Amino acid sequence: MSLKIVVLAKQVPDTHNVGKDAMTAEGTINRSALPAIFNPEDLNALEQALRLKDAFPGSTVTILTMGPGRAAEIIREGLYRGADDGYLLTDRAFAGADTLATSYALATAIKKIGDYDVIIGGRQAIDGDTAQVGPQVAQKLGLSQVTYAEEILKIENNHITIKRHIDGGVETVEAPLPILITINGSAAPCRPRNAKLVQKYKRALGVQEKSARGEDLPYKELYEQRPYLNLKEWSVADVNGDLSQCGLNGSPTKVKAVRNIVFQTKESKALTGNDSDVESLIVELLDNKIIG
Amino acid sequence: MNNLFVYCEIEDGIVADVSLELLTKGRSLANQLGCKLEAVAIGTNLKDIEKQILPYGVDFVHIFDGESLYPYTSAPHSAILVNLFKEEKPQVALMGATVIGRDLGPRVSSALKSGLTADCTELEIGDHEDKKSGNTYHNLLYQIRPAFGGNIVATIVNPEHRPQMATVREGVMKKEILDSNYKGEVIRHDAKKYTDPTDFLVKVIERHIEKSKNNLKNSPIIVAGGYGVGSKENFDLVYQLAKVLKAEVGASRAAVDAGYIEHDRQIGQTGITVRPKLYIACGISGQIQHLAGMQDSSIIISINTDPEAPINKIADYIITGTIEEVIPKMIKYYKQHSK
Repeated sequence: MSLKIVVLAKQVPDTHNVGKDAMTAEGTINRSALPAIFNPEDLNALEQALRLKDAFPGSTVTILTMGPGRAAEIIREGLYRGADDGYLLTDRAFAGADTLATSYALATAIKKIGDYDVIIGGRQAIDGDTAQVGPQVAQKLGLSQVTYAEEILKIENNHITIKRHIDGGVETVEAPLPILITINGSAAPCRPRNAKLVQKYKRALGVQEKSARGEDLPYKELYEQRPYLNLKEWSVADVNGDLSQCGLNGSPTKVKAVRNIVFQTKESKALTGNDSDVESLIVELLDNKIIG
Repeated sequence: MNNLFVYCEIEDGIVADVSLELLTKGRSLANQLGCKLEAVAIGTNLKDIEKQILPYGVDFVHIFDGESLYPYTSAPHSAILVNLFKEEKPQVALMGATVIGRDLGPRVSSALKSGLTADCTELEIGDHEDKKSGNTYHNLLYQIRPAFGGNIVATIVNPEHRPQMATVREGVMKKEILDSNYKGEVIRHDAKKYTDPTDFLVKVIERHIEKSKNNLKNSPIIVAGGYGVGSKENFDLVYQLAKVLKAEVGASRAAVDAGYIEHDRQIGQTGITVRPKLYIACGISGQIQHLAGMQDSSIIISINTDPEAPINKIADYIITGTIEEVIPKMIKYYKQHSK
C-alpha cells in the first residue's frame, strides 16, 4: 500500500521570540523585524508524514503552503527533509484572508492536487493561534478530521489509528481514509535536513524568487535540465478560485481594533529579604486575614 | 430566532465549567441584546442534564440524547449544530476554547460560512462603523482576544455573517447561578434527524482522562515559581511554602519548559487563568503571557533578585532577594505568628 500525503505548512513570523527591536515606538509590533520561520507544529506534522512514507514505500509527500513568493522557503525546507514536491499558493487576491478564506483557498488547491489519502498539518500557527484552518479545510472537502493528534499508530485495511490529546488525557481513535489530521506540538519533533537532499534542492526556486533575481540568476541552464528545481506556484486562477471567497472579500471577520496589553500598575511596597521586612510582611498578611 | 446560543460541553454527565461560565456571560449579553439565551446539550444518557443548565438563566435548552454522541466526535456534533443553527438562526453562538470547542467551532463555522474568533478573553456588545462601506452596525459582538503570540489584544467583529461565533478561554469569565428555580423550556430533539450515518466514521476506541491533580483554579492562595527558581530541586522551597500556607503551586511557562515542574500547573495565556486572593510569584520575571493569566489576583507578592522585573509593576509587595533566602524566612515567621 502506498499513500498520497499532503502536508499543510505555513511560514510565520516568530512570535515566540518578540524582542524589544520588534516593538515600534507606539508599542505595536513590527512584523518585518521578526524572522520568518517554518510554523513549529507544521514541522511536527511533516515528521508524521515522513514516517508514513518510511513505513509505506512508494508513498509521496506533497507540501502545500500559501503566502508571498518568499514562502517557497517552506517547500525547500520540506524537500530537504524528504518531501517529494510542493505547491505555493500565491496571489494578491489571497491577501488579508481570515481562517475561513484561508481554508477555502487551501481546499481548492487540494482539489486541484486531486488524489490524496492523508492531509496533515500542525494544530495551529503561532501567528494566529486559532487552530481553525485544519477543521475548516476538512469540512470544505467533506473529510473526517482528527485534531490534536500526537501519533499515528497504524494504518491497516484503509483505516488509520491515531492517538490524540484531549483535555485532561488522551484518546485513541480509528477512522477510514481519506482523513485530515492536525498534529499537536507534543508529537515527535521533525527530523533534521538530509545533507544529500540539501545538495539536490538548494538551488530550487519559486517563480517569484527566480524572477526577482532576473539576469543575475546563477546556473540558469540548471533549471531546464532539472525540472525539480522549479518550485510550482499557483494563482487563484490556477486553482479555479472564486474571488468572492478569497482574501479580504471572503473573510467574515474584521479586525476592529488592536491595542497593546496594558496592565494596571500598582503602587507597591518595596521590601528586602532581611528578617524584619519579611516578618512585618507576614504579620501584615495575617492581620488582614489574607493568610492564616 | 436570532437568539444567543451556548454549546454545553459534557463530560461524564457533568457540564464543563467553561460552558457554565459562558451561560453566565451569555445571560448578561442576551439581556443587553434583548434576546433569549439558549443552550445546546449533546450526548448519551443526558437524563436531568437541564437541571445543571437552566439555573444559569437559560430560556431554552435543546437536548440531543442519542447513541454514539458520547464521547465527543467532530462530525455528529457539528452536524447537529449546523442543522439546528440553520433552523434557529442564532445571532451569536459561543463555545469553550477547549480541545472540543476548538475542534467543533471551526467545522460549524465553515459549514455555515460564518466567522469564528478563537480563544476570546472578553466579549462585549457594541457598534461598528465600516469605514470602507460607510455602513454602521449596531449591537455587534466584540470578540476580544490576545493576538500575535499574546503580545497584543485584538477586537474582532463579524458585521455581515451570522451567527457571530467565538470560542472563549476557560476561567476568564465568572460562573454564577442566576436563579436555581429559573423557568426555562426543555426541547428534546431526535438526534437522528440532525445527523447522517456517515457522520459516525470516526470511532473512539480508547480513552483515558485523569482527574486534575491540582485545584489551581479555585485555590485562594497560589505560590508560583518561574525560571528564576533555578532548578527542580529549588522548587521544593516553593512547595514547602505552599504547604504551610495551604496554597496550590503554579508555574510560569519558562519553568515548565525548563522541566522544573509539570505542565498542568502552568499559569498564563496558554495555561490556566487564576484570580486568587494572594499570588506569590517566586522568580517569575513576568512575560505578558504570564501576567495575562494572573493579573486579577487581589494581592500579588513578587520575590525576585531583579528589582526591575516586569511583574513588579503589578505587584503589591516587591521583595528583592533570592528564593533561598526569602522563602525559609516566610515559613519561619508564618509559623511563629499564626496561631
